[in-house]
Amino acid sequence: MNMIPAAAKEFKPADYKSSVKPVWCPGCGDHSVLLAFQRALAELALPPEQVAVISGIGCSSRIPVYTNCYGFHGVHGRSLALASGLKVARPDLTVLVASGDGDGFSIGGNHFLHACRRNIDLTYVVMDNRIYGMTKGQPSPTTEPDWDTAIAPGGTGLSPFHPLVIALASGANFIARGFSGDVGGCAKLIVEAVRTPGFSFVQILSPCVTFRSDQQKGWKTLVHNAIVPETDDPARAARRLMTDDGFNVGVLYRGKRQPYQPKPLADLAPSCLESEFAI
Amino acid sequence: MTNAAQSDQPPKFESIADFFAQALAIEVEAAERYTLLADQMEVHNNKEIAAIFRKMALIEGEHREEIARRARNALVAGRTATFSWTGPDGPEATEFGQLHYLMTPRQALRLARFNEERAVKYFEAVAEAATDPVIAAFAKEMAQDERNHVVWVDQWLAQFGADDPSWDEDPDPPVYSE
Repeated sequence: MNMIPAAAKEFKPADYKSSVKPVWCPGCGDHSVLLAFQRALAELALPPEQVAVISGIGCSSRIPVYTNCYGFHGVHGRSLALASGLKVARPDLTVLVASGDGDGFSIGGNHFLHACRRNIDLTYVVMDNRIYGMTKGQPSPTTEPDWDTAIAPGGTGLSPFHPLVIALASGANFIARGFSGDVGGCAKLIVEAVRTPGFSFVQILSPCVTFRSDQQKGWKTLVHNAIVPETDDPARAARRLMTDDGFNVGVLYRGKRQPYQPKPLADLAPSCLESEFAI
Repeated sequence: MTNAAQSDQPPKFESIADFFAQALAIEVEAAERYTLLADQMEVHNNKEIAAIFRKMALIEGEHREEIARRARNALVAGRTATFSWTGPDGPEATEFGQLHYLMTPRQALRLARFNEERAVKYFEAVAEAATDPVIAAFAKEMAQDERNHVVWVDQWLAQFGADDPSWDEDPDPPVYSE
């Protein structure tokens, strides 16, 4: 489990806000997710200097700069690789990872599988708008096969990636879905994700108002609380996913796997590295 | 959508301190939300709407001060700690998804009006559900404050004519090609 100190000090969401103003389009779901991050951190009472927010590339990956925690805006699809290295080296930090459906499931798809499998104590939040928004609207792995646009006439015809199924099959220890229109609900899921040891995956449906406004404005009428309670049984979770309409929100699965965390080397110092690089 | 104002059950408070903690938190949240909306509009160079949201943030901030003044002796060490930040949004918080980068003053003020109306209903429901007559009285006072805000927003709205039907036409749209 992440090291959460007893609530010695109270924090407000604004305590995690940087002075940089978000450049996301007004109406974008990512604004809500940012606020959910800040509310969750306040609820967890984590000092900003004990938190690192790591991201890759894309609209959603701009989140680190909008928080005043430690941040790393990494390369495309590699947020989980960076975060894994950081958490293994600095287990004292709470590490949150932010991504989008393109960055996380296409370019970073392989890292996603292995992060689930390794079960390092990370919280991975993917803002899913079923499109590459930053590069102006190409279909992503979660785009519907019949979404007809000038760049994909008639749709891609490809079955969408199902992130929750993949996460469960690959060994993630906590799996949930939220909707950006419910800031409090997302914050609660992030809190639960951080509090659950191991690799936690939270998919947040986050509408793109610029390229998919017509289809995604209606998401708020489609999302509904999952009627089936969370489970620690992967088989039950898998059965529930078989009937998932993609708009169930809440915790799907909370497992009991021990996180992977190698023991720190007591004598590791910067000088130790010198021998590794000696010619 | 979950929202404190849209809950099926009217909220009940165990103490006057709890009531004021929630009332203050609603105003703080509203002011902070309007500030975030103003920032968004400023970044997208819609300065007219940014100014409207900034003014709304100021008004909600002043309302917070007024509530704190009324609550003076009822708050627990002056804190709003009973408000859960992971709970649903308060009735005066604008949904982020309602914004458009080219939105007009009328649209922005209609959002503000909607929030004030929602706050009226919220405090009316609190007053009705309250078993403590002091909480009921304070809630009725809050509902009246919010009604006054609705009137005030209406007066502001009257300064603007109907929206141009082409309000959302962008000569340089973000869509890559059609």
